[in-house]
Amino acid sequence: MSRYTPYLLVAPFFLVFGAFGVFPLLYTAWVSTHHWHLIAGDGGFTGLTNYRDLLADPLFYNALGNTLSIFLLATIPQLALALGIASLLRRRGAAWQVLVLVPNVVPVVAVALVFGQLLGRDYGMVNFLLGRVGVGPVAWQADTWAAHLGVATMVMWRWTGYTALLYLAAMRAVPRELYEAAELDGAGGWQRFRAVTLPGIRPTLLFTAIASAIGGVQLFTEPQLFDGSGLAGAGGSDRQFQTVAMYLYEVGFSRFNAGYAAAMTWLLFLLCATFAITATTIARRIVRR
Amino acid sequence: MTLRVKRLPQAVALLALVLFSLAPLYSALVVASRDNADLARATPPLVPGGRLLDHLGELVDRVDLGQAMVNSAVIAGVVAVANALLCTVAGFAFARLRFRGREALFAVVLASAMVPTQLGIVPVFMVVDALGWYDTLAAAIAPGLVSAFGVFWMRQACLEAVAPELVDAARVDGCSLARVYWHVALPALRGPAAVLGMLSFATSWNEFGWPLVALDPNDTPTAQVVLSRLAGGYYTDYPLVLTGVLVSIVPVLLLFVLFARKVVAVLLRGAAETGR
Repeated sequence: MSRYTPYLLVAPFFLVFGAFGVFPLLYTAWVSTHHWHLIAGDGGFTGLTNYRDLLADPLFYNALGNTLSIFLLATIPQLALALGIASLLRRRGAAWQVLVLVPNVVPVVAVALVFGQLLGRDYGMVNFLLGRVGVGPVAWQADTWAAHLGVATMVMWRWTGYTALLYLAAMRAVPRELYEAAELDGAGGWQRFRAVTLPGIRPTLLFTAIASAIGGVQLFTEPQLFDGSGLAGAGGSDRQFQTVAMYLYEVGFSRFNAGYAAAMTWLLFLLCATFAITATTIARRIVRR
Repeated sequence: MTLRVKRLPQAVALLALVLFSLAPLYSALVVASRDNADLARATPPLVPGGRLLDHLGELVDRVDLGQAMVNSAVIAGVVAVANALLCTVAGFAFARLRFRGREALFAVVLASAMVPTQLGIVPVFMVVDALGWYDTLAAAIAPGLVSAFGVFWMRQACLEAVAPELVDAARVDGCSLARVYWHVALPALRGPAAVLGMLSFATSWNEFGWPLVALDPNDTPTAQVVLSRLAGGYYTDYPLVLTGVLVSIVPVLLLFVLFARKVVAVLLRGAAETGR
């Protein structure tokens, strides 16, 4: 073995990550300080103008707000439900684990189109069922909150089972003696869950919360296809469910304003990095306790 | 008696779980096999009708889903094989070879998984365009050739399945690294590598945002792009669209059924690791 062989073996990963991860990010910093048309190219140095415009852009804040709202609506019920499912499946066979993983292999486009039909205002099954109990009809696409809930439901459907399996694995790794001790102390099912299970799987809880956040900030396909009129990416007539990833797409590939899109990319990366560092710092403290 | 009463909530919860997991797919089958007139009735249909084959025929006439699925299969196939190969050798190197900077490099792999790379879609497009790759399969394939998840995961598999003594012993015997890898590591890693290939195939097959911009939708669409365009416009013909959806799900669902048990086992093991 030459001393370079190990580097050769790990090189493909770093080549791909460098070419399609690091380099574009650095290049973006350069582009973001220019007037830059996606096709025509460099239109001259403008300094921080793109950033200044972005920070004064109401559409950007609208997209940020929508992203955060959909993220919270999708994640909090998802993690809670996943905990419930994991507890339910603790002593059950592998067939159940396969079942809950099915939604995760369904393509996102398919999920969006199926739920788009189910959540149709006039002929959708969801409004039909709601109508039977005297609610509605809900304008799932037109109403802001309903749209956020609709998009969040798709995300939830696709990821809850996957998250549940992660929790299930973590629960099985909690030492049995802890449960026996708690039972001897007279703890009931709910108390055992709170005092033994939850602390035992805390690292996994944090991991899934962070993974959901990384997925949440990139949310694109579900809302993009939610309004039917597909490729425009406005996120509804009033941009009521346009996420940051959709706005980025609109600026870059409909307006061809690469400079502005680059500024947005950088700002979002900085936001994510700040979030990630804060989250890991807090997480470390909680886990150590 | 008390036992039964106690079990009832569990049974209800399990039934709800089955409904939750499968109802959307079932509803797609119902809609795809019905006419628009059926769907517009006061009570929407609950069971499949008999129009699925007609819609399949109409689908074939309206869009070239076949060619799009071939495109998707080529892209996802190359991505799957590349991940199975490249992640496995990288994982082996990180797990069982000693070299300077190993820990630091592996930390980079882990950190890269935290980067929301899809937000870089505009600069990545500029890179691919500058390479002259716009509307080539290479553009759709290259960013997915090797993944941080795959490297992390194959390293884990290697730590568990390939004994370090075995690697060292083989090396002392004068086995070349290639032969050590081929005869010692690879047999043990074949299973995990196959599961990784399957998961990579599904991920690539399901991708939408990147192929939408990297390929000309009129020239080289993927299955997902064709479906999204079929659904676009002012009026969505849902029976037709959901017929397309069912067709596009078949390959990933088949693969999943084939590998399901292994995938679950692997996920459960991997999850226990991340939780540590």
